[in-house]
Amino acid sequence: MSEVIAQEHKQSKWSMVGKDPYSMPIEEIDLSHPGIWQANQFLPFLERLRKEDPVHFCRESAVGPYWSVMKYKDIMEVDTTPDIYSSEPTIGIVDTFEEFTLPSFIAMDRPKHDEQRRIAQPVVAPVNLKNLEELIRKRVCRILDNLPLEKEFDWVKNVSVELTTQMLATLFDFPFKDRYKLTYWSDMATAIPGGGLAKSQAERWEAIEECLAYFTRLWNKRIKEDPGFDLVSMLAHGEATRQMPPEEYLGNIILLIVGGNDTTRNSITGGVVALNEFPEQYEKLRANHEHIPNMVSEIIRWQTPLAYMRRTATKDTELRGKEIKAGDKVVMWYVSGNRDEETIVRADEFIIDRPNARKHLSFGFGIHRCMGNRLAEMQLRILWEEVMNRFHTVEVVGAPERVYSSFIKGYTRLPVKLHSL
Amino acid sequence: MAQITFIEHDGTEHSVDAKLGSSLMLAAVSNGIPGIDADCGGSCSCATCHVFVHSEWQDRVGEMNLTEEAMLSLSPDRKENSRLSCQIQVTEELDGLIVETPEFQF
Repeated sequence: MSEVIAQEHKQSKWSMVGKDPYSMPIEEIDLSHPGIWQANQFLPFLERLRKEDPVHFCRESAVGPYWSVMKYKDIMEVDTTPDIYSSEPTIGIVDTFEEFTLPSFIAMDRPKHDEQRRIAQPVVAPVNLKNLEELIRKRVCRILDNLPLEKEFDWVKNVSVELTTQMLATLFDFPFKDRYKLTYWSDMATAIPGGGLAKSQAERWEAIEECLAYFTRLWNKRIKEDPGFDLVSMLAHGEATRQMPPEEYLGNIILLIVGGNDTTRNSITGGVVALNEFPEQYEKLRANHEHIPNMVSEIIRWQTPLAYMRRTATKDTELRGKEIKAGDKVVMWYVSGNRDEETIVRADEFIIDRPNARKHLSFGFGIHRCMGNRLAEMQLRILWEEVMNRFHTVEVVGAPERVYSSFIKGYTRLPVKLHSL
Repeated sequence: MAQITFIEHDGTEHSVDAKLGSSLMLAAVSNGIPGIDADCGGSCSCATCHVFVHSEWQDRVGEMNLTEEAMLSLSPDRKENSRLSCQIQVTEELDGLIVETPEFQF
């Protein structure tokens, strides 16, 4: 895989890898290319833009011209003004290809967004989660109890992916034996062809079609049964969703798979990375496990598993003195807002007892705010409670490998060793 | 000052003296009332300061704007007397106000 990436870096004139963020012409800074994200070189670029040009226009890039919104307060303004900053046609930085458009409510405006979201939301509401807590804990314990001690293994594959996959299967009431398909489809849905995960667009298409076929079978089965509390049943029986065309159903299913998969997976890994980079915080946690709920929010801020969300201006408008034209792409870099010293003190530090840790941007704000936020927090909380009950240290023993994406901010591999209490 | 009573889901009551002009959410948070998260800090954009206003006070807490309506309409726990406490301003008229906090903020 590293060969593919090295080749990509050499070939792409758009990659920022190896460039000096402080001396290069500021107008040439382009955050959209995955190179600096995978190489973990993005932070100084974000810092310079926040300081010198917090609403930055990138005229030329592989994905066309776009605005970057870098500061916490400006991101808040864009996120909470959905009538000017639309989520249609897409929330990704790449304009959707005609043949590859899957409609889902994350990329819809009101009123359709509200109607469809209302159907899916109850399944991840806290009252429903309360019933799931015991099952989640049991599954977490089983995963942790089967890990080797004092022996190197990959935390991503054996813990992060395993746990989030099991959770998704639970939420969809998906056949447990086939649960790895969910992860595979999620990876394919967000993969960049040639970026390591997917070899080609055709491979992605094949996976997406398989996903549609599988979920169509599930839909047809559930619709004949009494309404249940899993997501497929809710969509199949919900008034606003039961007539939805197949591509819209698939779009929403993929949204829920990706939303519940990559994000939590990478926060689970990010927590281990953070505690190893800040060993005094690990010490603090060992001394008092009651920091866990607050630490969970801090992990989600520090990691920011989705680096950005994109909006499109519906009319001419102004942001921090910059003139944004109707139709312009506007990218809210949550990952930058979460490191904005003007709003968050010592923002680059990971502080498990940080006051107001919940006030991070990782879930977004406004009507599109992450629907699964409470589920994510619960999974992370239970995981860390059980990890701390078992292991003195989850030690990172090799360099983390990162996802080739400017959107999914995460890890493909993290070698660790467990040390018992 | 106006006296406000917050009743938790389990029935525990908390009375606080709230500063006039502040929001009901701030009055709760600054007095350590459990059950109000207020993740967005009062921008009407997260719906985690949800409260239920006792019926006799519903007419006095002011009208809801479209943004609050939009945020609340997405909440599965929404009831007829639901409000976001960051959008209610504490006035002398609200002295004695009683609100309940939901079991979960979402």
